[in-house]
Amino acid sequence: MIAELGHLLAFLALAAAAGQSVLGLTTGGETVRRLAVASGMFSLLAMITLIICFVRLDFSVALVAENSHTLKPLIYRIAGAWGNHEGSMLLWCLVMAGYGAAAGLFMQPGKLRDRAIGVQGLLTTASFAYLLFVSSPFTRLIDAPFDGGGMNPLLQDPAVALHPPMLYLGYVGMSFVFSLAASGLINGQIDREWAKRTRPWALFAWSALTIGIALGAIWAYYELGWGGWWFWDPVENASFMPWLVGAALIHSLIVTEKRGGMSAWTVFLAVLAFVLALLGTFLVRSGVMTSVHAFATDPTRGIVLLVGLGLAGGAALALFAWRAPTLKPGPEFDPVSREGALVLNNLFLSVAAALVLVGTVTPMILQWLGDTGMISSEAASLSIGEPYFQLTLAPMVAILLLFMPLAQAATWRKAEVSPLMKWLAPAAVAAVVAALVAMAMGGWGLWLGFGVLVGVWVVFGVGFDVMRRVGPGGAGRFFRMPLTVWGMAIAHLGIGIFVIGATVETATRTERTFPLKPGEIAEMGGWTYEFLGVSPVDGPNYTALRADIKVTHGGSTEIIQPETRSFPVARTSTTEVAIRKTLTGDVYVALGDQVRDVPGSWRIRIAQHPLIDWVFGGAGLIAIGGFLSLAARVRRRSPAHAADTEATTGQGPAVPASTPA
Amino acid sequence: MRKRSQRLWLIGAAALLVTGAGALAVVGLQGAVAFFQSPSDIAAKGASSYHQSIRVGGLIEVGSQKHGDGGKLLTFTITDGKHTVPVVFEGIPPDMVKEGKGVVAEGKFDASGTLVASRVLAKHDENYMPKEAYDALKRASEEEGGDAAYVKEPTT
Repeated sequence: MIAELGHLLAFLALAAAAGQSVLGLTTGGETVRRLAVASGMFSLLAMITLIICFVRLDFSVALVAENSHTLKPLIYRIAGAWGNHEGSMLLWCLVMAGYGAAAGLFMQPGKLRDRAIGVQGLLTTASFAYLLFVSSPFTRLIDAPFDGGGMNPLLQDPAVALHPPMLYLGYVGMSFVFSLAASGLINGQIDREWAKRTRPWALFAWSALTIGIALGAIWAYYELGWGGWWFWDPVENASFMPWLVGAALIHSLIVTEKRGGMSAWTVFLAVLAFVLALLGTFLVRSGVMTSVHAFATDPTRGIVLLVGLGLAGGAALALFAWRAPTLKPGPEFDPVSREGALVLNNLFLSVAAALVLVGTVTPMILQWLGDTGMISSEAASLSIGEPYFQLTLAPMVAILLLFMPLAQAATWRKAEVSPLMKWLAPAAVAAVVAALVAMAMGGWGLWLGFGVLVGVWVVFGVGFDVMRRVGPGGAGRFFRMPLTVWGMAIAHLGIGIFVIGATVETATRTERTFPLKPGEIAEMGGWTYEFLGVSPVDGPNYTALRADIKVTHGGSTEIIQPETRSFPVARTSTTEVAIRKTLTGDVYVALGDQVRDVPGSWRIRIAQHPLIDWVFGGAGLIAIGGFLSLAARVRRRSPAHAADTEATTGQGPAVPASTPA
Repeated sequence: MRKRSQRLWLIGAAALLVTGAGALAVVGLQGAVAFFQSPSDIAAKGASSYHQSIRVGGLIEVGSQKHGDGGKLLTFTITDGKHTVPVVFEGIPPDMVKEGKGVVAEGKFDASGTLVASRVLAKHDENYMPKEAYDALKRASEEEGGDAAYVKEPTT
């Protein structure tokens, strides 16, 4: 019965969302709010029923039969509910309806809220219609099988269990930012008040997206067993493009909120972030490309998604083209000013997103042209990888980040650069010294020196900016810094740390494969690895071979145990690497297969990943900074904290406080 | 600063940036892409005619996987049913690289005509063949004398 209940709940959620969109876009009022909350609740209950089906292993539900198995541990039975196409579409619907419900609960009543909920209702209705009529997770089987088909073992992992919910909070969150933009355009009200009320949602979605992408990278790092964390795979790029545009958006919203400027551009970015999120979904889910995300490809699914993408994107851009000319330009500003700096930020981030887009879709377009016979199949099959992205993005990001410390300190309207020199000169010296040291230690690679230079410049730039803001007041003032400044400083610090980590890791990672017999020792980078042997181990739904390796470094010894697991149900094997963390990076050991023709000898891959935690830690700091910035805005609603409003203006001329919330 | 000059520098900065980015993209697309070739393409042109990095797709020939240099290297041949390409790879490939399965190897040829792979790709689960591998098999079988048994739809 429970699957039918879930089916019914999904229909109720659809009905509530449809009502919410009609009322939201016409009369508005309290009922809109109630319907949005109801739609969210129904979606949540539908998701819970699906999870119950998975936990109870109800194999009469087709989805459970295909994707679960009696031997699967509980946590992956739960995560299995969204580790497949239909279940993840239900999660998508839940997050979409959830944003509508959250708006109903947390936004002040008014036209902006009602119409945004209305537009969100349209999107939610469309998503539920797609779910129920094209890919229902609640379909029953007439003959329930005795056991299920199991889940892709690569996805049975804690990081990847959390990856879809976080990614969707970000990805689908862009839909609500879009709804707010559409609402503002319909109301003819894209002003400082609009920006002020939109920015928390954009910050939340973007920060969640940051965490979702980082979780995917962490999973790739230790689960795929080759120690890479970013492959410029179209699946990754699909989430990276909305991230870049979202980053531009949260910055341009500052200009709109504080100065009333760039309103048309800000709205355009809100639309674009959502369109790119949809494009990403299309690329990932339609079977245009194959990846771990293309759970099952089905041409009709791709066409439905493409039509949805065209409709939503086209309607949004049409609305924008119709209303944008009525938007008022903001007050004038000097090129050297905070506005000017934020414009530059936006230009660079958007162009970076465009470069990623070109690199991602060019092979697909050529492939399509080749399939239709318009160009030769040889010209059609090319692949664009890391060299392209490195060559095109590195200069963009580098220039953007070189300006960042200056931009942070710039004042509104017109800024003076010369007073900043006494703060930035030491940062420049530190950056050059750090780059030379890194190159001397890491083999004089140009990329390495360049990346460290930029990263250290950013880190010190943030540090000196904070010191400048605190002034001579000392520690007391440091801890009383407004949350918005903390948010910005921590996010920017995260960028610097990420850049240092990413370039050092990529440029100086080392890996080698050693054929070892029990008792033999391998040496690499000051570490010794003694191979003790391989023994069989049984897991809940797999059998494994586990190697014992004695690792010695500077007097301390430890046994680490990499495994290869073989999953009989899925007829797949996975590599479970053993990672030993140190202050300066990871030692990463993977067990390969037995050497052919040499009995008793195993292939063992040993790698060193310097500063790898800086990569993930930097991404974490970026997200924390985003959430702090959001917290500052939520707190400011209470009048007691109205003083915070001045925060981001730094030492600039006081800007009149925006209309009280 | 007047409105007009504000707009002018904005447009100027944007134009400069877009031109620079466009130039970078063109250079990047010319130099940094790897074209896909099937074993038959390579047999027709000769391995020595490739100077750039290429991607080769097909099936790993059954019985061809060996370990070289005492176990440090993995060697195998990629077949499309008509022609084969020898590949050498240093390291441990992804779990799903197995004999008889689809694979894509990316790298450059050495003087002896062996592809020195920098990356070996397979998919993350059992029921999949990389599209490029599938296309290579299909193309080879469409020509006369190809082994039609190799062609089955990718079962994704």
